[in-house]
Amino acid sequence: MPDLLLELFSEEIPARMQGRAADDLKKLVTDALVERGLAYEGAKAFVTPRRLTLVVGGLPARQPDRSEERKGPRVGAPEKALEGFLKAAGLSSIDQAVVQSDPKGDFYVARIDKPGRAAPEVIAEIVPEVVRGFPWPKSMRWGSGTLRWVRPLHSIVATFGTPQEDPEIVRFDIDGIASGDETRGHRVHAPEAFRVRRFDDYEAGLLKAKVVLDPERRRDVIRADARTLAEAQNLELVEDEALVEEVSGLVEWPVVLMGAFDEEFLEVPDEVIRATIRANQKCFVLRRPEDAGKPAAGGGRVGVGFGSLTKQRAAAPDQAAGPAATPKAGRLANRFILVANLEAADGGAAIVAGNERVVRARLADARFFWETDRKTKLADRLEKLKSITFHEKLGTQYERVERISRLARELAPLVGADPDKAEQAARLAKADLVTEMVGEFPELQGLMGRYYAEGEGLDPDVAAALEDHYKPQGPSDRVPTAPVSIAVALADKLDTLVGFWAIDEKPTGSKDPYALRRAALGVVRIVLENGLRLQLVHTLGVGGDLLAFLADRLKVQLREQGARHDLADAVFAGGGASSDDLVLIVRRVEALGKLLETEDGKNLLAGYRRAANILKAEEKKDGTGAFEGATDASLPTDPAEASLTAALDAAEPEAEAALGREDFVAATSALAKLRAPVDAFFDQVMVNAPEPELRANRLKLLARLRRATRAVADFDRIAG
Amino acid sequence: MTDDPLSPKRSFQGLILALQRFWAAEGCVILQPYDMEVGAGTFHPATTLRSLGPKPWKAAYVQPSRRPKDGRYGENPNRFQHYYQFQVILKPSPENLQELYLKSLEAIELDASVHDVRFVEDDWESPTLGAWGLGWECWCDGMEVSQFTYFQQVAGVDCAPVSGELTYGLERLAMYIQGVDRGFDLNFNGGEGDEKVTYGDVFRQAEQEYSRFNFENADVELLKRHFQDAEKECRALIEAGDADGRQMAMPAYDQAIKASHAFNLLDARGVISVTERQSYILRVRELAKACGQAWLKTEAGGAAA
Repeated sequence: MPDLLLELFSEEIPARMQGRAADDLKKLVTDALVERGLAYEGAKAFVTPRRLTLVVGGLPARQPDRSEERKGPRVGAPEKALEGFLKAAGLSSIDQAVVQSDPKGDFYVARIDKPGRAAPEVIAEIVPEVVRGFPWPKSMRWGSGTLRWVRPLHSIVATFGTPQEDPEIVRFDIDGIASGDETRGHRVHAPEAFRVRRFDDYEAGLLKAKVVLDPERRRDVIRADARTLAEAQNLELVEDEALVEEVSGLVEWPVVLMGAFDEEFLEVPDEVIRATIRANQKCFVLRRPEDAGKPAAGGGRVGVGFGSLTKQRAAAPDQAAGPAATPKAGRLANRFILVANLEAADGGAAIVAGNERVVRARLADARFFWETDRKTKLADRLEKLKSITFHEKLGTQYERVERISRLARELAPLVGADPDKAEQAARLAKADLVTEMVGEFPELQGLMGRYYAEGEGLDPDVAAALEDHYKPQGPSDRVPTAPVSIAVALADKLDTLVGFWAIDEKPTGSKDPYALRRAALGVVRIVLENGLRLQLVHTLGVGGDLLAFLADRLKVQLREQGARHDLADAVFAGGGASSDDLVLIVRRVEALGKLLETEDGKNLLAGYRRAANILKAEEKKDGTGAFEGATDASLPTDPAEASLTAALDAAEPEAEAALGREDFVAATSALAKLRAPVDAFFDQVMVNAPEPELRANRLKLLARLRRATRAVADFDRIAG
Repeated sequence: MTDDPLSPKRSFQGLILALQRFWAAEGCVILQPYDMEVGAGTFHPATTLRSLGPKPWKAAYVQPSRRPKDGRYGENPNRFQHYYQFQVILKPSPENLQELYLKSLEAIELDASVHDVRFVEDDWESPTLGAWGLGWECWCDGMEVSQFTYFQQVAGVDCAPVSGELTYGLERLAMYIQGVDRGFDLNFNGGEGDEKVTYGDVFRQAEQEYSRFNFENADVELLKRHFQDAEKECRALIEAGDADGRQMAMPAYDQAIKASHAFNLLDARGVISVTERQSYILRVRELAKACGQAWLKTEAGGAAA
């Protein structure tokens, strides 16, 4: 069966758009094929900086023939109607139609056979449509044309055929770009056009022309060669998948090289070196292995490409780096890995030298920032925060820091932190925003504050809090555990939440520009993972709407930990004074979960439901709240009724006392004891007794049961 | 090392001359810098105004660029408030613009067989000019040496045809080619010994003096007035042109440039708040847009005579 090969050859596609574009191309083309009756066996898309390629295998040569029936006018209809029908159905005489009957009478039917079209003809329609409507995040025009593509589109390969035959070119033209069977290789190594037939020779031809078509293979080469180069120096690559991804989108022919920088730059913190080299140069950094020590003797192939795509070259003496200084295990080494797009005639010497120059200049800047920043104390930077707007309606960072420090001080005793330290840390928490380093590398905020605080000799708890108060940044990030860090982290997040709630900037749907969901989840995780007992509403003034938002985050968190969603709902609905205490809520959920795993619990739930249903029905007649009063002990009772009363008399105070000491397991156990009397009650007692007083009394007893369970949770919310 | 003092490897001026020769051979008119203070080569009317309208246009020129805020009193060897850009504008953008760019690198002795040239996504936007385009920053061995942009909109007007713009950062490129780490150490004239003139010899004092002016001494009230005057004059010229149909798009645009530079100086003086900043930028953009509209009504802008 025939295959389709499609290549859209353009100027450099932004790396971050490539993966998505390959997926989109595959989906758009194959969907259109299927929609037009061209089912296929398999499809795969590839992307390099300069081309988007799709191969679709196992296509039919033609669309299947189809036949359609078109219903016409009644037999004996006026001439005009018949003429119209013939014209529309493409018939020349009414004899070509058949006559069918239905209860309304006889009418004409035309059978129209639509022969399937040849696949290339269909593809020639599909591809221009896909190209014109391609969902690039940003697209552009060029030259004098009106076509839009991510960058100028230069040529298109479109061939169709079985492996046994010479494929044909699928002919079409998009704004003057005619499809054909010619592509080009690497820009420098193989710029000449060459002909391709089908995917096999296309991919092989590109490889010969120094283009690795498959991005996964380019990533493999980069990873493997980077590790090999590192190992040769007895170093470890600092793995960075996001960077591998990006860099593989910048090269068609990855050549991995190693460069070096002066040891003296290692005075700057590792994170700074890494940020500098990664952000500006898209290079990898290397570290000394933990067990390490010696650099490989004489093995410094610095500046020599011997990637797996290239031939090995002779080792060159390691001169760039000078003598290896005392290595610090686990710390960065004064080497970096770069990925070039060229098998250079000089083995990469000029490329490495050039990159080293840039890295040197950038590290010199970073060291300058590091040294300059440390000349000013964090505390002396606070004035500058007055010039940074946090949010138009929420004031400056300075004002924010004022609020956070107050809150951190308030929180400190509740989380076991020293109030002075908490306040000091909060006051300094945003000071690094006005350092040169964070101005250059915003991702180092917090961390730089910590380094500078340590440099000033500030209290270690305070210094740690400057970094950790931003945590957790996401579901997988670490939660702060040191009391001072907790106080500042909570203060920071609560201030953000309360502030944005106050100006009514809440997240809606997928829009959450201020990352408020993340902040709320952060609060939830900090509270739970540290077992913090905070009454968010009562002591911290969190409003009801914001509490509900936090509760939602808590539910999400519980669900992710495998807890039943309905149990959390039941506990929240059960209310009580402490539903703003997240730790208690979780403990209640856990206890409730345990109760419902027991036979007693399951039966109690069944009994509860029966009681609740009866009450609901009867309350409709007598009005809500009609049965909330105390039972009348003077009325005659059934023995089962009496024993349920006795059981409630015992269970209610027991559960209440247990709740009072926050022993939720004991509270649910107390409820579990109600199971037998409840079962007996429903077995032996007719609730809706003919005597109105007896009926009311029994309903009051059931209402009492409902209240007793509500003290723990709203059993109505429990599913299943 | 070549003996020719005008080799790009030997001198800063050699680099400029090589680029001029190369682009002249590609049919560009080689213009001289625009005689006003601008923040980037793009502000030259040979780019902004000429990129509007249907008429083909090819030009190349050096443009001194003033970024008052970037001054460092001549103390940072690589950050200047005044530096050079080499600007190429080709309208419509030719099919082989990337190839031409790579050839221009060969012309300044960056050999494609040993240097790694990469096109890394970089979208360009100038809020003050109401302009944007898509393209790349061009990296040579990891260093950004040029910007490459396909203009989509200038002065709020869709570009049709689209112009291709190349901007070479001359100091950085020269530092790379000459193998020099400090901008002030660049050999300007290719001379050796007593004959050698460095970039620092030419510009260090200017950096010191202008930094004092930009940051400390420029008269704020005067600058604010200059801004207002330029804005007023720009609008008056546009209105007068519209009134009798005899446009003065170019003189009006000069006033927009003046307003823009006054704004840059005020910004360097640190007297503009965040919200004011937005409003200044918007005001300059409105001027640029009005000039663009006026230009389209002129002969060079493609209006029927």
